[in-house]
Amino acid sequence: MTVLDAKVERLETDEATGYTAFRLGSFTFRRDEYFAHISWPKGNHIIEIDRFLRATVRDIGWGFFYGWIFFDDVFGTTNHYGTVDVFAGSYDKGCKDAGIDHLETFTAEAVSEAFTAISQDWISQGYDPLNAPLETGTPIGPKGPERTDPLLRAFIAADRMLGLPGDKPVRSDASGFPVNRAFADLDFDLPDVECEPGFEGQLHAINLFDHIARSDVTWNPSISAVTRANICCVTSEEHMLPVIHGNDRNEWFIQLSDEIHWNIADKNSGAPRGRIVMKAGDVCAMPADIRHQGFAPKRSMLMVMENGTPGLEQRYASGELKPYPVDFG
Amino acid sequence: MAYKTRTGSLASYEKGVIELDDDLRKYAFSNVFEVAGKSAPYERVAVVQNLEYVAEVVRAEGDSPWYAAPHDEFAIVMDGEVTFRFVQLQDDQVPGHEGGAIRLGAEPNGPRMGRVTARKGHQVLLPKGAAYQLSSARPSVAIIQTVDGPETVKKWNDICVLKEA
Ligand SMILES: [Fe+2]
Repeated sequence: MTVLDAKVERLETDEATGYTAFRLGSFTFRRDEYFAHISWPKGNHIIEIDRFLRATVRDIGWGFFYGWIFFDDVFGTTNHYGTVDVFAGSYDKGCKDAGIDHLETFTAEAVSEAFTAISQDWISQGYDPLNAPLETGTPIGPKGPERTDPLLRAFIAADRMLGLPGDKPVRSDASGFPVNRAFADLDFDLPDVECEPGFEGQLHAINLFDHIARSDVTWNPSISAVTRANICCVTSEEHMLPVIHGNDRNEWFIQLSDEIHWNIADKNSGAPRGRIVMKAGDVCAMPADIRHQGFAPKRSMLMVMENGTPGLEQRYASGELKPYPVDFG
Repeated sequence: MAYKTRTGSLASYEKGVIELDDDLRKYAFSNVFEVAGKSAPYERVAVVQNLEYVAEVVRAEGDSPWYAAPHDEFAIVMDGEVTFRFVQLQDDQVPGHEGGAIRLGAEPNGPRMGRVTARKGHQVLLPKGAAYQLSSARPSVAIIQTVDGPETVKKWNDICVLKEA
């Protein structure tokens, strides 16, 4: 694997729309009023702009997450934890058969800088791709004033558990996170913590549902509790996951409230395998050989369990570990 | 628009669907309320397994045994109300096995640290260095994030959807 020593370059600015084009390696990125246009030496691809920007800011915010992030069936990134592949058509049967697929590997930093530069230029005030569509404006049309607030926010990663002294805080009214409109019907109380004299501050509990209900972003997990390399993430999900996730390991979902519909496809070819609907209390593994995309008709609460053991991706890729988690005996 | 949030309970839950052209065992689809509904009190039934890590579903009813683990564990109450009592372990009492909870013969003789009473949606730290006991006056449900250990019960064939309904 050759890691290209490339950095993002600014190309021309379109006089009519005001948007700047960018190049990373041999990929170029242009936008017009409705679409992102991605080109590489052998091909071109078009992605609806809302979808492109929703995917881009999450991909950066997640640190490219685990494995494959497909912006759609054609374009995406693969995380190698330090380096990142940017690909077009590499996991799409049509592009492969036509011989137009293309993949380049960069440092994670270079991809992050490129996606950040593109987002900064292509996102105008009044539109936040981390918000649900009902809670933000639209990205279509010519360039408006650029946003001055951070494009990436609210990715909270607890070291041990949310709310512990010295660890990341739970969301609250005081910190500027009101309960979302979609969870206004719930009552949130606090757990009762009673410490014996001398043990003050040593017992700890939070209202996790309250923390999730106050998230102002969607499809953007934050870490709530960590057992060694086992990471418990929580997130609020509304509308659609704007990427298709192909994991390099097994991950698990526990649906805490409401429901999410998941489309499941073969990770390498994209061939559909079917669907899963998860309702409150349902638990389901997402095997390491699939890609999945979620759809949440109403804002819902999801818990994701990830195994963050370093090097796990290589043990799955080599076949040492099976691409599914449970031995039924 | 007014929204209606749906959470499940032992008494009322609706399972989703899994319709796949694949071996359903790879997805190990289950439901925590269904699992707890069929479990004996304080059976710690694995519903998630990520190599050495598990999440266990517990039907909390009456008093549990005392447990301790060589690492932090976390409990989320999904239905009802559960009280967790904690006793500090002396250094030589902290279990030395690889991982997961072990059952202690009785309440340890160390100092009582206090208690936490948690209801639906609450997450509780079960800290390394403390023994803990769960109590619940009526059947309740908790999920425990931990390591696969001697108390972890595996009955995947009984809890998972194996065929499309
Ligand atoms: Fe995923």
